[in-house]
Amino acid sequence: MGKLSTTQASVSPPGGGIGAGDGNGNDLDGDTPPRPERSAARRELWRYLAGRISGAAVSMILVLFSAFFIFRIIGGDPVRAIGGDSPMTPEQRAEIEERLGLNEPMAVQFWEYVKDLFTLDWGESYVSSAQVTDLMWDRLPNTLLLTGTALILAAGLGIWIGARAGWKQGSFFEKSQVGISLTLWSAPTFWLGMIVIIVFSVELGMFPVNGMRSTRGVADGFWPEALDVAHHLVLPAVTMAAVIYAQYVLIMRSSILEERNNDYLTVARAKGLRDAVVRRRHAVPNAMLPTVTLIALQFGAIFNGALLTETIFSWPGLGLLFYQAIKIPDIPLLQLLFIFFAGTTILANLLVDILYRFLDPRVRRSA
Amino acid sequence: MSEQGTQQGEERLHSARAIVWARRRAALSTFWRLYRTQRAGLVGLAILIAITLLTVLAPLYTDEAELRASNAPGGRMESPSTEFWFGTDQTGRSILLMVIWGARVSLQVGVVAAVLAVTLGTLIGMAAAHFGGWISWVLMRLTDWFIVLPNLVLAIALVIALGPSRITIIAAIALTSWASTARVVRAQTMAIEGRPYIERAQALGAGHWHQMTRHVLPNLMPLVLASATLQVSSAILAEASLSFLGLGDPSQPSWGTILERAFDAGAISVGAWWYMLPPGIAILLVVLAFTLCGRAMESVLNPRLRDNT
Amino acid sequence: MTPLLEIDDLTITYRSARGEIPAVRGISFGLQPGDSLGLAGESGCGKSTVAAAVLRLLPRGTQVSGRIMLDGEDVLKMSFGTLRVVRWAGASIVFQGAMHSLNPVQRVARQIAEPIVLHEHISASAAEERAVELMTQVGLPTWRARSYPHQLSGGQRQRVMIAMALACSPQLIIADEATTALDVMIQAQVLALIKRLVAERDIALVMISHDLSVLADTCDQLAVMYAGKLVEHGPSHEVFGNAQHPYAQALSAAFPIVGDPDERRNPQGLAGDPPDPAALPTGCSFHPRCPVAMDECTSTTVELRAVRHDWQAACLRVEAEPTQPPAATPSALGVAAGPDARERDARAQERDAGSQERGAGDLRVRATSEDDT
Repeated sequence: MGKLSTTQASVSPPGGGIGAGDGNGNDLDGDTPPRPERSAARRELWRYLAGRISGAAVSMILVLFSAFFIFRIIGGDPVRAIGGDSPMTPEQRAEIEERLGLNEPMAVQFWEYVKDLFTLDWGESYVSSAQVTDLMWDRLPNTLLLTGTALILAAGLGIWIGARAGWKQGSFFEKSQVGISLTLWSAPTFWLGMIVIIVFSVELGMFPVNGMRSTRGVADGFWPEALDVAHHLVLPAVTMAAVIYAQYVLIMRSSILEERNNDYLTVARAKGLRDAVVRRRHAVPNAMLPTVTLIALQFGAIFNGALLTETIFSWPGLGLLFYQAIKIPDIPLLQLLFIFFAGTTILANLLVDILYRFLDPRVRRSA
Repeated sequence: MSEQGTQQGEERLHSARAIVWARRRAALSTFWRLYRTQRAGLVGLAILIAITLLTVLAPLYTDEAELRASNAPGGRMESPSTEFWFGTDQTGRSILLMVIWGARVSLQVGVVAAVLAVTLGTLIGMAAAHFGGWISWVLMRLTDWFIVLPNLVLAIALVIALGPSRITIIAAIALTSWASTARVVRAQTMAIEGRPYIERAQALGAGHWHQMTRHVLPNLMPLVLASATLQVSSAILAEASLSFLGLGDPSQPSWGTILERAFDAGAISVGAWWYMLPPGIAILLVVLAFTLCGRAMESVLNPRLRDNT
Repeated sequence: MTPLLEIDDLTITYRSARGEIPAVRGISFGLQPGDSLGLAGESGCGKSTVAAAVLRLLPRGTQVSGRIMLDGEDVLKMSFGTLRVVRWAGASIVFQGAMHSLNPVQRVARQIAEPIVLHEHISASAAEERAVELMTQVGLPTWRARSYPHQLSGGQRQRVMIAMALACSPQLIIADEATTALDVMIQAQVLALIKRLVAERDIALVMISHDLSVLADTCDQLAVMYAGKLVEHGPSHEVFGNAQHPYAQALSAAFPIVGDPDERRNPQGLAGDPPDPAALPTGCSFHPRCPVAMDECTSTTVELRAVRHDWQAACLRVEAEPTQPPAATPSALGVAAGPDARERDARAQERDAGSQERGAGDLRVRATSEDDT
């Protein structure tokens, strides 16, 4: 979903202000050896890491708590969800309630929930009565394959095109790329998927309609199977990448615009570098820093995309699992997937925050 | 408006309130003059006006009764004809008619959810900036949490927990999308509160409420409006996604619901493009239009963005 | 001897939303190898535009006419390939390093080495060795090579910019407001460094600043620009101490000598703002601010006139008297005539002597609050 804004006013690099350097002070301070500066920086780094990690931990606790709150307290009647629409005798009902521990007081239920979380006993699916964790681990690689492919495609292409568009501001190229990106962003992912299937699978017959493997079976061996999966992967990956791509183009373009009038680019040009080298070597590395932060903030949107794309293409990943669980609704499975999606996003953001410290030499002092 | 006219007007003003309103009118006319230079923004505005008219006037040129499946005039999944420009659905209803009436739900949910989200975000952002200390810390942690989480997943969880209805959907969307506004508003409030006249008001004994409503909020309004416009696009997309996943308002179909039915009816495998094209394009157009308007407003408000074109 | 740099009737017009804006309106000057020229003027007078034009660094769409001959070749007519070769290797620019002229995410040695790799086709590590050598020459400790710009002080960053400008041993260096953002002590150090390096390497120097006293200290010749034109051009001590054009007088008077009771009682300042380049006054563009303007000034366009064989000013009050030194005939300007002018001369000599003994501008207080962008 993520809001599409031209301003970046709201985004500051993690860790707050950028160190202003030693300022315009005494010129002779340059003779002091670097030792004390380094150990201070190291201490600063540890403090920063501790702050970020504890922040992520608080977020995670909030996720666990809200998962319990949403699914156990306000979340409908689990007994009916299990039984479906078929009528149920009071005995059967009592038995299920007993099994799920629904008769216990809320506090006890919460305690049980926390205990289960830490003993990794996440419960059974209402439908298949398999452990929900097993269901998740089965599907995880498929989601990683799809999401990873889409992400690499979108990031590589989006950052590349976005940098070029920002560099040539006002050109036809820039205007058309911004137009394309805004249109792609405005299209609902699932609708884009439907159109893509109709055009490329149903009408042209170039790609399979859905699934991840051919039902007819292919020749044994690694390569035929890999090719088969790759063939199935093309359409969902492109569909999922489209929307993310649009976001990355717009983000990278505005980051480049921010950098474009900086003096160091004039210096680079004055040195006799080609325009393309000035862009690649000087503008892009600087513009990448705010881009990385923004991309990290939008990481959650990737799961939104995965959910819708996998549904349309029947790609057997976590998104489809989630969709199937919605239809029941299969509360333990939904709860686990909710925690997994949220947890992964929090973890990814934590990693980007830490990575940022090493990418941007300016972030030495956190405000 | 001529300079002379403004001067004459100012002479006639007596109360402070009248002066304030004159200033706001002047600001609005400046805003419009700058907005007019944004070509994409004008296109967006034109699309929005056209779609709003089509939606509001729908009862005048269509028959609502034909929306009921029992009343369906056509056959099952007919392809486009002169009678049904975009064919019919599995119960024989005109797709075009459903899309025209679906606009009501999509737009209503989108606008109301966006207004709610932006109101919530503005309140939280202002509070975080104004009070500082632990209140600010807690509010900003909460904001960051909501920004980072996959909001569709969270919205789905909420709708499932509360049961699908129009109010639930609006609430779920608003609750999962206020955070970005809160961030922008907080930054802007801090900038405004640093201005000298706020300090003066503070020194004169203005209370929190007075400072917020009389000094900070009027200055925030342009930003908040731009934010709300952009938020409508995301809200409409979110509503479409929720409806597509089967969590839409069961009583009246929105564009997302139509697409869900198309998907369930196997419109893809029979290649019934006419079933999917109209609602999807409708979503795309409206979302694009709101986005264009929002971006144009932002460019007008942010001189830095305006100058480098 | 052919001049190293010869600018001939250079005219530069920017295009903007408000229409065409003339930034430079037909200026000419030349520079021999080893010469140094100071280019002075208020912000917006076009002096930095001239610097950028020499390496053709102006924004796309800017109209440039005239000639810029660099070592016998017209920069404005070069192909992009030749231009890239000439950039930095033929002439380099010392940008104002205090703010954003250094890439914030690249180590400084790499940035100094970058043009060496490009122009001399040597390996990156060899170039970085050279960069470290250059850093020592400009007085930076070698361990600073691995620093990022934000870790350096303003003065150190300026030294990096100087080392960078020297990297490919150019014949011409243009210093564009190279010391403006520095405080007085550091400014003096950096100026002394520039002076020394220019003398050692026989480099031609164009130094751009709004600070006339700094330029008079460093350069042999001074040129004063106003509204895109040269209004006075001549030997430094003459232009600074005995300016003929009222604007140049006002500029030099803006730097009073501390402790001079005369100046304290009668501070010299210039009323009004620099003209809007999009709407320049008719005739002499300085006339609205000029204390000694005549009726003619509003209508007659004034070109540079010779005050002496090596000295020109663009003012109607300057009578062309090429044979007589101006010290004999008191300035043609009514206001500055009489004992006043002689006193000014004496003061200028004292200033020159002082600056040689004490080093750059340490006793002078900047009276202008102008800051150039």
